[in-house]
Amino acid sequence: MPDITFIHFDGTEQGLEAPEGVSVMQAATGAGVAGIVAECGGSAMCATCHVVVDEAWADKLPPPLANELEMLECTATERQPTSRLSCQIKLTAAMQGLVVRIPERQQ
Amino acid sequence: MNDTLSVPELDIDPYSEENLLDPYPMHERMREAGPVVRLTPYGSLLACARHAETHAVFNDHARFISGAGVGLTNFNLETPFRPKSLILEVDPPLHTQNRAVLSRILSPKVVMQIRAAFTAEAESLIDRCLEKSVAHEQIDGIHDLAQPYPLKVFPDAVGLGEDGRENLLVYGDMVFNSMGPRNELLAKSTARVAEVTQWIMAHCQRDKLKPNGFGDQIYQAADAGEIDPQHAPMLVRSFLSAGVDTTINGIGNALYSLAHHPDQYAMLHADASLARPAFEEALRWESTVQTFFRTAAGHCEIAGIPVRDSTKVLCMLASANRDPRKWPEPNRFDIQRRPTGHMALGSGIHGCVGQAVARLEGEVVLTALAKRVKRIEVAGPHTRRLNNTLRALETLPLHLIPV
Repeated sequence: MPDITFIHFDGTEQGLEAPEGVSVMQAATGAGVAGIVAECGGSAMCATCHVVVDEAWADKLPPPLANELEMLECTATERQPTSRLSCQIKLTAAMQGLVVRIPERQQ
Repeated sequence: MNDTLSVPELDIDPYSEENLLDPYPMHERMREAGPVVRLTPYGSLLACARHAETHAVFNDHARFISGAGVGLTNFNLETPFRPKSLILEVDPPLHTQNRAVLSRILSPKVVMQIRAAFTAEAESLIDRCLEKSVAHEQIDGIHDLAQPYPLKVFPDAVGLGEDGRENLLVYGDMVFNSMGPRNELLAKSTARVAEVTQWIMAHCQRDKLKPNGFGDQIYQAADAGEIDPQHAPMLVRSFLSAGVDTTINGIGNALYSLAHHPDQYAMLHADASLARPAFEEALRWESTVQTFFRTAAGHCEIAGIPVRDSTKVLCMLASANRDPRKWPEPNRFDIQRRPTGHMALGSGIHGCVGQAVARLEGEVVLTALAKRVKRIEVAGPHTRRLNNTLRALETLPLHLIPV
């Protein structure tokens, strides 16, 4: 059961547990984490589940595929070097303790 | 493999007039019978009506392919109704290549650029509807509003001329009917198939498309070597078949939903920023595209139920959107719900490539309405346009009360 910490734009932290195999986006929307809109439901089509992965974690995640990279060009808040679409990060046991920041805006 | 005993069989025809008019009792029977069911009139196929299995099938594109068609017909065994779509009815790697180009042309970034023009058109259309409603006591929510809006803005964005756009409606109706059985609905809608197809294919040619519109951008991608130049007209065809009838019904169904839930409309009127979630909830509650199929590539399983190679799997998207296992009080229309994960625009690699544009259209129409219209009253009984795949209204008499 990996623990994830979301850091909201105002700095408040929100931790939750999620089962392996779900995406960070699914974990967030399932727990009602504000700031993850995820309009398209996980198809990498809307860029509204944008997160900035904590630098300590950046190299530990599988890299984004072409469709995610394309969509990261469309984020409402400017893309950062460690920006990802949370729907494309599938949780594994190795991601225990993952920390991601939620950007100011998704739309 | 003994795979017939474990699967409940229901004597249900999803394409009967009764079920097309009111699919919800059928959905409930199918969902409650099991995760996978058989339907007596279509003995060879399996159907999923719950959210979990529908979502799982749509997100396993290697096992549940689209290349054998996303309707009832198995293209590996029978000739498709038309040359198959090079985006909807193909699998990777060709799908990946074509999808990348369409997805760039219709991306959220492009949507930001077209927003102002789409908003202005929505505002002037709602003004015209209000004038008519005040003068004549009523408008037809379909012919005065839901239909003219997408028929104006989307072909404009594609770069089509003004003439003959009604062909898009006939073609869309035909294409979505062709995904069901070869029944009377299909026969009626294909009465003018030759003439309409000829018009559509002629308008997929580069000389018919304004420079830098969505259509011309397909040809630019072919010039750049990103896609096969011979595929360009067929990819333009996808804009013409999937970009109009879908949003017309999406907007029509949203109007229907709001007109029948005055408390929800009052909430939208008080806070126009609810327009986007309201359109989303209407997509979930009254889904435009009711069903799509996948085809098993090899022996596999769904929810532990064995599925034989080449089996057609009917995915009941609209039923998944009202599955109580997924949604609390699924039959309640609640514009504050934020229904992330609904299946109305599909899911996975074949998820609607135009969804950012579709959402823009829904949002700006409902925003313009919310700002100008105090109340929407039902002005008479509505009528339905039956289609094998789409949930569509033919008429929707409404009275718009201005602010």
